[in-house]
Amino acid sequence: MMNFDYVRPANVADAIAAASEQGSTYLASGTNLLDLMKGGISRPSRLVDVTRLPGLDRVEHLSDGALRIGALVRNADLAHDAEFARVYPAVAEALLSGASAQLRNAATVGGNLMQRTRCAYFYDVASACNRRWPGAGCDALKGENRLHAVLGWSEGCIATHPSDFCVPLVALDAVVEIEGRSGRRELPLEVLHRLPGDTPDRETALEPGDLIVALRLPAAAKDFAAHARYIKVRERTSYAFAVASAAAALRIENGTIGEARLALGGVAAKPWRACEAEQVLAGKSPDASLYREAARAALADARPSGNNAFKIELAQRIVVRALTLAAAGTPARISALPGSPFSSVAGA
Amino acid sequence: MTPEINLTRDPAHIRHGSNIGQPLTRTDGVLKVTGKARYAADNHPPGMLYAVIATSCIARGRVKSLDVAAAKRHPGVVDVMTHSHKPELAEDPDAKGNPFAFRMELLQSDEVRYANQAIAVVIAETLEAATEGAALLSPRFQVEIARVGLDAGEPYAPPVVGIGNPAEVVHGDIDAGLAAASKLTDATYETPAQYHNAMEPHAIVAVWDGDKLYIDTPSQGMAIAQGRLAGLLGIPPGNIHINSPFLGGGFGSKGLVSGPQVLGIMAAKLVGRPVKLVLRRSQMYGPVGHRPPTRQRLRIGTNDDGTLTALDHHARITTSSFDDFYEPAADASHTLYASPAIRTAHEAVRVDTGTPLFMRAPGEATGSIALESAMDEAAFACGIDPLEFRLTNYAEVEPTTGKPFSSKALRQCYAKGAERFGWARRPLQPRQMRDENGFLVGWGMGTATFPALMFQGNARAVIRADGRGVMESGAHDMGQGAWTALTQISADSLGLELDQMTFRAGTSDLPDAGIAGGSAHTATVGAAIHNAGAAVIARLAELATSDERSPLFGAGNAGVIARAGRLHRRDDDARSESYADILARAGLAEIEASGTGAADPAAQSQYAMHSHGVVFAEVKVDPELGQIRATRLVGAFAAGRIINPLMVQSQLRGGMIWGISFALHEEAVIDRRSGRILNANLAEYHVPVNADVPPMDVITVDEHDPHVNALGIKGVGEIGITGSAGAVANAVWHATGIRVRRFPIRIEEVVMGLAG
Repeated sequence: MMNFDYVRPANVADAIAAASEQGSTYLASGTNLLDLMKGGISRPSRLVDVTRLPGLDRVEHLSDGALRIGALVRNADLAHDAEFARVYPAVAEALLSGASAQLRNAATVGGNLMQRTRCAYFYDVASACNRRWPGAGCDALKGENRLHAVLGWSEGCIATHPSDFCVPLVALDAVVEIEGRSGRRELPLEVLHRLPGDTPDRETALEPGDLIVALRLPAAAKDFAAHARYIKVRERTSYAFAVASAAAALRIENGTIGEARLALGGVAAKPWRACEAEQVLAGKSPDASLYREAARAALADARPSGNNAFKIELAQRIVVRALTLAAAGTPARISALPGSPFSSVAGA
Repeated sequence: MTPEINLTRDPAHIRHGSNIGQPLTRTDGVLKVTGKARYAADNHPPGMLYAVIATSCIARGRVKSLDVAAAKRHPGVVDVMTHSHKPELAEDPDAKGNPFAFRMELLQSDEVRYANQAIAVVIAETLEAATEGAALLSPRFQVEIARVGLDAGEPYAPPVVGIGNPAEVVHGDIDAGLAAASKLTDATYETPAQYHNAMEPHAIVAVWDGDKLYIDTPSQGMAIAQGRLAGLLGIPPGNIHINSPFLGGGFGSKGLVSGPQVLGIMAAKLVGRPVKLVLRRSQMYGPVGHRPPTRQRLRIGTNDDGTLTALDHHARITTSSFDDFYEPAADASHTLYASPAIRTAHEAVRVDTGTPLFMRAPGEATGSIALESAMDEAAFACGIDPLEFRLTNYAEVEPTTGKPFSSKALRQCYAKGAERFGWARRPLQPRQMRDENGFLVGWGMGTATFPALMFQGNARAVIRADGRGVMESGAHDMGQGAWTALTQISADSLGLELDQMTFRAGTSDLPDAGIAGGSAHTATVGAAIHNAGAAVIARLAELATSDERSPLFGAGNAGVIARAGRLHRRDDDARSESYADILARAGLAEIEASGTGAADPAAQSQYAMHSHGVVFAEVKVDPELGQIRATRLVGAFAAGRIINPLMVQSQLRGGMIWGISFALHEEAVIDRRSGRILNANLAEYHVPVNADVPPMDVITVDEHDPHVNALGIKGVGEIGITGSAGAVANAVWHATGIRVRRFPIRIEEVVMGLAG
């Protein structure tokens, strides 16, 4: 068999020490990593199993009003926490729109952040991929790329980040808590994932040994509870990655948008925060023409990376829909078809 | 309850109906849900090794080198089978002994014909060691440019399509028909390559004992497999014992033994130990058959009143570079609609894939979505409701042959299905309906059809001294419910209750049951069982009626009837005798008889035999985002006698779900440069998940067919996929006004056609 070391450290310090050596990688639930290993895409020499690390599977309300979610909290547990879903409805909806029930039961919050792209050329080891093999080239660029990136891509890589969860998180200014060799630090989730540029292989801002221990939603994230939605267009109703998606969160005061948050999924190598669109929305009365203007702003820099120009139009329409639904108000409960455009159907 | 109907003509000792027709749950259901049903890969004979196939990542060329030494150095690796190190075969795997002998890749050379082809087999003590050994082979290739897609080469007319059908069929004067038309619909449709994804991948556990071979492997045709393997291995077919009690789905991919299964047998021979070989999911995309892509041009000419003047169906398909299977896509137009002129023609292009083969409704499925889409377009061009249009062109006889149908309750299917669906309320124009949430709503329909075939199969019936019965036939349960349905037929054929008898199937040591394909297994094996049961009851009746000590003495052969383990006088039900008593007095431990089921050539030459049906579909489409959702399907089918309504419902539903998949989801994405399939996994090769499957109403229409076979069975395995795919596609058009002619319907084609 392919031999590798497997260690199960007792605490975070030991984990960091074990994972700092070259060829080491952290293992949480392995919903992505084990597939990568079976396919020969990842061949770590050491797996550092963090699933038994103490204290990382809790959700805590901090005194400053922030919510701290341990990295080992399961996707399903978080999404099905009624209080969490009430306060952060777009996050819960995004979580439930991802993967399948079985995967959500296993997958962790930290692992979700660290999942790799679903670009088929990344998974096909016989294809050229700069992400897998720096300098090899990108076979996706002139290949089957109708679902690839329209924002922030480079000639070196046109892959997208597949997470649903990260999309509303980045809109809500989520912060990643990291333990590393030089101690504890924080990063805005916005900067955790990198755009490809000339170094598509450098997918995140993490350093060797860095361990995501928690995710924090700041107090201000609560202000959007009444007007927050996640909308995801996909090629089947469940167990499919987004063709494109958007999270919209609005703070509406006296009929005016006090503050808007907007992010897109499935369009770039990272969850895409649309700051210009947020500025278009801020201080205005919510209406359809405003949403269209915001959508144009969000996709203003978009350009097709291949046979995917439709995604630019589609993403704008998704933005309009997400804003429309967010403005209409968070539904009392999450639909049985989370994230689906059909989730606004009564009884769906 | 089904009334007792005596369908048999002679000898009339058995009556079907006490078990046949009952909605029995699966006799093997508890075994399956408790994990006790033993599938091929569940077997683990002592000393067994694991074999893992190393596959090619190029689609065309040669293997230049394999690092066999590196693989062999890996702990646990026992041997590496390559084209230069393998057991000799008695027959060239590229020989074409008969039309069913498709060429397979058994390491006969260093040639690579398609991506995912086997180029070596690593045999090891553990699955993990074999897997890593295969990775360590680090093959190097001499690469040639891959031929990919429908335009990869010069098209040519294939010699035949399907199994022996003519590539071109002409009825009437097509040019005159087209010229006479007042309206002409001329449209071209494309369907993608689709690959088999049965839940159970192909697997084999092979054990050699001298020149005897014991294999556990899923098979839809054990006797055919025995024959092919015997030729390849140079041993008598009787030396090959196949055990195949359960299949985790077949859909045609297990109809013929595949290359990887033979490689497992060769590996066991090479190392002299039992070997298990199981395909990885990705390895299903190549060596076990697939549905090839098609490009189909339909020209439909009509008069002002909507009657057809011509139906011209031309299909381009791909096949492999090295063998000849031609998806008979255009043949779907032979039987459904009356037209003075019908022409179907095929052309083929050779590409670097595995050979396409049978995949549920091969030809009918691909042809149906194009034909039903084109009929929908022609109906609209004429301003006629699509159902009315089909009734206007209803075929009273088979159009291309002029033969009467052995039975055809399609009108009743149309009527019942339309009523259940509420079709009468459908507006003619598209984009007229919205639901309460503003989603576009569309209704579409498609006619379903599939030939009522029969192959040859055998059964053996035994009645034992204790009065119990045994029915044996090497039949195949792919999940369709053969164990259950054939048990029901067996019980009625033996005049026994279910708990008075044993049904045995699923091994090649039993009488040859033919192939579980062509939706013909229940008909074929059912007829064999019927005949075996009738024969053994006739012998029993002879014993009783010729014995003066029996209360049945003198009743004559035609004068008794078998029921619940007793023979009764037909003219005096009170006079009866149990099977056990008859045998006891005759001093017999058991009596047995055999029966064969096969098509009646006289009936076949006289009648056109087909199952029919109709599917109505509702879809909803998001008016801005283009997301499509099938929300309601109604199917109505007439398929002769229904043996088990539960199993039949499952078959039809499964087919209809595949229709949704065909229209909206399923497609192999192939890199045009490398010829590699990019989504050879269940995450990205999309089939419908539960949330994609809407409420479905399946109606079976009573149909008595005295011609197809003794039991009147026409088959339900494949018809459900026909009609359904077109119905869904037509509903998408009706919802949006956008006619997508490339399947599956992709979101970009809808979203860019919708106003933002």
